[in-house]
Amino acid sequence: MSEKQGAWPASPPAGGAPPPGEPPAGQAPSFGQALISAILDGNPVVVTILAIIAAVVLGGLLIAFSDPVVLHLWSTFFSNPGAAISAAWDAAAAAYSALIEGSILNPHTVAAAFHGGSVGAIFYPLSQTCSDATPLILTGLSVALAFRAGLFNIGAAGQWVGGAIVATYLGFGVSLPPVIHVIVCLIGGFIGGAVIGWLVGELKARTGAHEVIVTIMLNYIMYNLLSFLLGTPTALQQPGQSNLISPPIEGNAALPHVGGPPPQVDVGFLVALAAAFATWWLLTRSTIGFRFRTVGANAGAARSAGMNVERTWADAMLVAGGLAGLAGAAVILGPLHQITFNSYGTYGFDGITVALLGRGTPLGVVLAALLFGALHAGGTNMEAATQVPSDVVQVLQGLIVLFVAAPPLIKVMFRLRRTGGADLTVSKGWNA
Amino acid sequence: MKLELAGITKRFGSLVANDHIDLTVEPGEIRALLGENGAGKSTLMNILYGLTQPDEGEIRVDGKPISIRSPKDAIAAKIGMVHQHFMLVPVFTVAENVTLGQEPTRRFGLLDRRRARSEVRDLSQQFGLDVDPDAVVEELPVGIQQRVEIIKALMREASVLILDEPTAVLTPSESEDLFRIMRDLRADGRSIVFISHKLKEVQAIADRITVIRQGKVVGERGPECTDAELAALMVGRNVQLRVSKDEASPGDVRLAVRDLIVPGDTGRSAVEGISFEVRAGEILGVAGVQGNGQTELCEALMGLRPSSGTVILGDHDISAETPHARLQAGIGYIPEDRQEDGLVGEFPVADNLILDVYDQPPFARGIALDLDQIRATATARVPEFDIRTASIAARVASLSGGNQQKVILAREIGRELRVLLASQPTRGLDVGSIEFVHRRIVEQRDRGLAVILVSSELDEIYALADRIAVMYEGKITGFRPPTVSIEELGLLMTGGSTDTDDGDAAAGPVAQAGPLDAVGGTTGAEDPGSPVAEAGDTGQPGQEEPS
Amino acid sequence: MTALVAPPSLALPVSSTRRYIAAGSFILFGLIDILLFGLFAKPGDATFVFTAGGTAHVPELPLPASTVCYVLGAASILIGVARAVADPGKVWRRVSIGVVLVFFVISLLCWAYAGSAIPLNVVNLLQSTMNLSIPLVLGALAGCMCERSGVINIAIEGQLLLGAFSAAVVASAVGGLWLGLIAGSLAGGVLGLVLAWFAIAYLVDQIILGVVLNVLASGLTGYLNDRVLVPHPDLNTGNTFGAIKIPILGDIPIIGPIFFDSTIFLYIMYALIILVQVGLFRTRWGLRVRAVGEHPTAAATVGIRVLATRYRNVIMGGLIAGIGGAYLTVGSVGTFSKDMSSGLGYIALAAMIFGRWTPLGATAAALLFGFANSLQSTLSTINVPIPSYILLMAPYVATIIAVAGLVGRVRAPAADGQPYVRS
Repeated sequence: MSEKQGAWPASPPAGGAPPPGEPPAGQAPSFGQALISAILDGNPVVVTILAIIAAVVLGGLLIAFSDPVVLHLWSTFFSNPGAAISAAWDAAAAAYSALIEGSILNPHTVAAAFHGGSVGAIFYPLSQTCSDATPLILTGLSVALAFRAGLFNIGAAGQWVGGAIVATYLGFGVSLPPVIHVIVCLIGGFIGGAVIGWLVGELKARTGAHEVIVTIMLNYIMYNLLSFLLGTPTALQQPGQSNLISPPIEGNAALPHVGGPPPQVDVGFLVALAAAFATWWLLTRSTIGFRFRTVGANAGAARSAGMNVERTWADAMLVAGGLAGLAGAAVILGPLHQITFNSYGTYGFDGITVALLGRGTPLGVVLAALLFGALHAGGTNMEAATQVPSDVVQVLQGLIVLFVAAPPLIKVMFRLRRTGGADLTVSKGWNA
Repeated sequence: MKLELAGITKRFGSLVANDHIDLTVEPGEIRALLGENGAGKSTLMNILYGLTQPDEGEIRVDGKPISIRSPKDAIAAKIGMVHQHFMLVPVFTVAENVTLGQEPTRRFGLLDRRRARSEVRDLSQQFGLDVDPDAVVEELPVGIQQRVEIIKALMREASVLILDEPTAVLTPSESEDLFRIMRDLRADGRSIVFISHKLKEVQAIADRITVIRQGKVVGERGPECTDAELAALMVGRNVQLRVSKDEASPGDVRLAVRDLIVPGDTGRSAVEGISFEVRAGEILGVAGVQGNGQTELCEALMGLRPSSGTVILGDHDISAETPHARLQAGIGYIPEDRQEDGLVGEFPVADNLILDVYDQPPFARGIALDLDQIRATATARVPEFDIRTASIAARVASLSGGNQQKVILAREIGRELRVLLASQPTRGLDVGSIEFVHRRIVEQRDRGLAVILVSSELDEIYALADRIAVMYEGKITGFRPPTVSIEELGLLMTGGSTDTDDGDAAAGPVAQAGPLDAVGGTTGAEDPGSPVAEAGDTGQPGQEEPS
Repeated sequence: MTALVAPPSLALPVSSTRRYIAAGSFILFGLIDILLFGLFAKPGDATFVFTAGGTAHVPELPLPASTVCYVLGAASILIGVARAVADPGKVWRRVSIGVVLVFFVISLLCWAYAGSAIPLNVVNLLQSTMNLSIPLVLGALAGCMCERSGVINIAIEGQLLLGAFSAAVVASAVGGLWLGLIAGSLAGGVLGLVLAWFAIAYLVDQIILGVVLNVLASGLTGYLNDRVLVPHPDLNTGNTFGAIKIPILGDIPIIGPIFFDSTIFLYIMYALIILVQVGLFRTRWGLRVRAVGEHPTAAATVGIRVLATRYRNVIMGGLIAGIGGAYLTVGSVGTFSKDMSSGLGYIALAAMIFGRWTPLGATAAALLFGFANSLQSTLSTINVPIPSYILLMAPYVATIIAVAGLVGRVRAPAADGQPYVRS
């Protein structure tokens, strides 16, 4: 039942990660000492920040050197090096400023507010970030939870679709009073995703089928199922439409904004935060979570301690699927209000990168999702303002996670001291 | 070929595994390297085989210094090694494993299987090592797998053959076969370095014995040296192994097993219909060489492996119950492999202490964990069981082997138990921890607990058991009292009856003394007061084997 | 001391339960043939055509649709019963699965084409099967190369995508199709190098690494597509290799057009299948690679350089996958479009597992998937009451069924996915 080389694995998928921020038992060092030693020892937060910096630099190079103007100037570098370098810098800087303006704060709106413009507009980028982060939080939680139970949930996308289908149908197919309709749709979304997740876990439990393959296959099955339903008028297709698009959900089912005068908060975001809290509680404070983490860290010991490993897999995938399904519901009930054949976008794989960056802890997932949500929100603005395609955001995401997943590399790049530590060097194979 | 190691030194951080070791092996000599676990024998051999590099020192072959940076160099220097953990690819055939790295080929690198087969057959006939070149290694019994390893080394024309604890998984008769092979090789002019911690074997086969302790060579003797002297050299002081134990007063039957059949991993039955009983206040020792079904028996008793037959706890038939139910019914389990099956390394000590009761009051209310209660329990148990740890929040993986085992013990004994199943409970522990574990087990027995102790260390069986059951090839070959002689026990462990076998007469009683050494010193004459250490898994108290 | 034993299997013994499942599924197929296809077939004949343009004319084959379905269904049921009663050798077991599946497909086709004016061109169907399978086979071969040495490669998808992109761009920019092919292969090799480097030197979990690399490949190619290719269509001209017919062999009726009349990619595929199969299982190189994948420590002790072997194999695997990616552009549609690999890399992975990590097995599985895909497009040209999306699901469902154990317990190379750390 083991898949390790040495005595203990380097670290399970972030199972039982040490509580963040607690000093080691014993003395409390001075703040300055603590900061320096955190940097030198490759503390996860530091590694993350350095990874982001490295990714931003590489991304900037990519942006700069795919700009025709910059390329032209660099082809004649030696005749005017200053211009070439400043052009490269400008290209990258412009793109990144647009990114920040779209995701955090746009100084123009602040200035405009002072001159009688809308105050609410100041908060628009931030609220967009939160809105974009919502499904990422939920799919990130989905992948992270499965991770802690020792499972690779590559199928968050398919579970997303499952939840979205149910939420959409409940959204336009039934009529309910205001608050109840939203709640019913959200619960339906959770169930839709949970069923798909449970299927994966159950297959693994009964037949040993590896969840990576089953989830990937289920993803494609769900994509096709979605298209099929959207093409069938009696199912999800909008009456009168020949395109693959569903009817819009009723007003009562939409997720509202709350909060008085700006800032306004998207309820979907609050739902995601609540889910993160619930996941945290489940993992660290409940017997169910204890069972998940034990099975994830050492299935053999869990079995000998009387835990039913197979049932745990099914249970964990059920909850993970439900979380991803909730993400689907949140997107349909929030920004989209209806579903098309490719609404699932990249939420599934984004969830994986978010979970990795967040080291498998709910708090980490929320922070990582906010970061990536910011990148998404900023990306659209960047594309509009500077014609830099928003795919670069995907590149940034991938680079950040790659660097985060290889702390030895980061430490080498920044010459940090080598330590063992909770990082993502887990080794599991098909025979797990 | 004369092999000399001069001044070999190897450090792992602050631990000096080898401290200026000098060793000379003459051609045609069987040299034994004797020492406890952790003395540095394996490190030295790894250096000799190129798996690691010495910090200081020199290796000389026939007077000329050579540099061994990798196994390839060692092979080129005609040094061969049979590792403790076999270096065989399970899914390959014997021929493929033996010729790996120097495969005979036809054009374009295509494997010449026929020639490989004949090469293997030639060697096996030459030395009487019977193997089928086309057999798949993972389907072979352990003794045959070892032969494959030896052939592998001989194929590379090894003049010096290193055998690292080769008899650990062999029955006494298989060990005899091995000794015969070693003598044949010696007659062929080759040298053998034989690593062991077993005094009897070393005395039986070696021409000279080098004793290593704490990384240093502490003495060289001939085989005529006494056990006491060798043991004293190995351990450095006299250690009392036997825990003082009162006579047992068994009560009613706590666990009854009838006709238990347990399927093994390879399709055959690992346990073939055994029956036994354990009473309250009694320790039943299950003796036998590892690999005769003991592991499967333990797993079946805990419900971790399907089986047929009946298991009755008290008056309650638990044959079909889940592991969880059996644990709750009052069976405690100390698994054989504490790291694989006993503990979660990444979890703190506190969590490991409640691993099998986490979902019951007082540690949980409904689905909510009571973290305060968990903390309180851990804080109480740690001093009670002398668990040396930085804190209850420390990762259990950071504890030494002995302390890890104490965590498991604390966990199991800390509950209300009716039966305790302890499998190899002191494997890899230092002397102090062994004493602790033994004492607690006896304590529990005195309080009325029924204990099943499965152990492949005969001295542990002798020390603790009130009754001994011997397992061989999935059956119990006999029940004996702890006063049984070693020879008889050895016979039972090899499936024999209590009639002596003429064929073994020449080899003498030593042949049956496989796993057992120095308890009492000499065979036959029991000397309970003898302060000789069993060189089983003991290290210096407070010191752990380097991993 | 550890003896070496086969790993405990969670699955059922190869005896009765597996036998009944197989027999049951054969009977089920037979019943579907009769009750679904036979009963609901429109009256009339289904016409099968075997001629592809240019080759010798082979007469058409009209088959009475419902009758054929009934007959084949009955035959399948008989085979199922026989399977339940007797337990034949391994070869017969596999043959029986193949036969029942073929009967099923024929019944399906009869039902679909019954009474239809448009005949089914079997040759075209199989031709497109071969072509659709090329990236799958090459991807699966790449997977075998990597995993047999002990490195899990989930990034086949990314390798295909990068290969497709590079091939299209280089072929357009430089004007040479062969250079495009080489560029595509090299792109796959580069991604393989990155995978190997992070997995071997930095011990990153290989499944995660593969997924992340796929994300990176998708983002990078998507970005460059929008940023560079869209404004400069001259870098995405869409030239493709022409078909090459092998003389003599290509003229054999039926067989010729299917197997011996296609782009160079098909022939490269044949060569690679043979090379990798023979290489892995009959050469010294292959034995050493497999030793590294099963028990790297044992390999190290006989002097095999484990890490170097893994690097080499992963890079070579990447080169092969890159060729598969190049096929997607310069061997097929020509122009690059975003995310055009659309999951083929993952299906290739499934084919490799389905095929038990052997090139021949993986090829058979890949052909099965290619066939399902080809069948789906063929059926969508006629009015078939099966929604095309459901048909598209078939290969994925089949994979799940296969992986869930109908094909039997599969064992990856023992050290697959475990980094080798020297002491």
